[in-house]
Amino acid sequence: MTASARATGALTRQQIAARVAADIPAGAYVNLGIGLPTLVGDHLPPGSGVTLHTENGMLGMGPAPAPGDVDPELVNAGKVPVTELPGASYFHQADSFAMMRGGHIDVCVLGAFQVSTAGDLANWSTGAPDAIPAVGGAMDLAVGARRTVVMMTLLTKDGAPKLVEECTLPLTGVGCVARVYSDRAVLDVGPSGAMVVERFGVGHAELEDLLGLTLGGA
Amino acid sequence: MTRVADTAREALGDVPDGATVMIGGFGPAGQPVELIEALLASGASDLVVVSNNAGNGDDALARLVRDGRVRRIVCSFPRQVDSWHFDAAYRAGRIELELVPQGNLAERIRAAGAGIGAFFTPTGYGTPLAEGKETRVLDGVPMVLETPIRADVALVKAHRADTAGNLVYRRTARNFGPVMATAATRTVAQVRDVVPAGALDPETVVTPGIYVEAVVALDSTTAIAGVGA
Repeated sequence: MTASARATGALTRQQIAARVAADIPAGAYVNLGIGLPTLVGDHLPPGSGVTLHTENGMLGMGPAPAPGDVDPELVNAGKVPVTELPGASYFHQADSFAMMRGGHIDVCVLGAFQVSTAGDLANWSTGAPDAIPAVGGAMDLAVGARRTVVMMTLLTKDGAPKLVEECTLPLTGVGCVARVYSDRAVLDVGPSGAMVVERFGVGHAELEDLLGLTLGGA
Repeated sequence: MTRVADTAREALGDVPDGATVMIGGFGPAGQPVELIEALLASGASDLVVVSNNAGNGDDALARLVRDGRVRRIVCSFPRQVDSWHFDAAYRAGRIELELVPQGNLAERIRAAGAGIGAFFTPTGYGTPLAEGKETRVLDGVPMVLETPIRADVALVKAHRADTAGNLVYRRTARNFGPVMATAATRTVAQVRDVVPAGALDPETVVTPGIYVEAVVALDSTTAIAGVGA
């Protein structure tokens, strides 16, 4: 999503991240998925008391270290060097995913290739026959947190909708997504279909046209 | 009684062809590089490897894969920017892959170590990775039956051991070490140093020595480069 290709009124990546951050309750325990969702960390206000979980085994993850302070034994789920904040803790993989699966993480923000109006998620495989498969923690994260939301562009680079009636790519989880934050709109998804919560520079009818869907909400 | 070995090769002991070997680490963090090199030197082949990733770059686990010593790998995230040896072996059909969601991988290993016969989990339900597996709706939530993963040998990297085999870890290098240590017939740990029994605060022990067959102190070159800790 380059600035030049962005539709009038559509959000930038940083603006989407800020919109996601605005909905995260103070004091929440949050897991930010690899890729776009990691930007959300930059928009959490100081004093929000939000604690970041990284599924490779840490709570209280801090920002990237200064050059020269990189510790190969202190990385996030994307294997990128991070820092520890006061009050941080470390734990092994089974504990880390039990924390997730047991519903102790309040919010998980994930990227997506496709989300269905019923809240199904596809974010681990493009389905390409020659692709090397890899899933990591995606399936555990999708179903484990108390609330799973997605942060993505609403359309692919080729203009195809990523919010769809039914996912055509291999699923990560069934009915697991509660809300989609995108450059054009925020939408709630679930058993009763997709509901528009907020639009960015696009009318309701135009949004329905873009997606080829009938949407509830305003 | 835990052995304190002088070299990685001596710590490793005998690993027969066809053995299942768990290898700790999340990418390079916590990867027991010298023990993997000892496994290479031992000549063991036809191995089943259980590890989160399938090797980075050209060394350690990547070399084990490149050299055709691994028949089958059980892991969650084989594809990496530097996983070219796995990618080539997989595309050539020279290695079998069982792809397991990371949390299921950890819990299946934990279950093996805890004597749990199987467990139901929501992870993966309705996805290609649960195809053919038994499912059940419990408390209204659809779940998939998952079975334990155990091994003949686990190779882990910890920060420090005492002569009783107790282990403490460092930061996110802990990752799979503590669960893998419980799930293998023999667990071998490489550490930065081995201290006398009594020198580790028992309150801080993460892996009790009961799980550890051998430890070896190695000044690992891949560990904590440039960091005084």
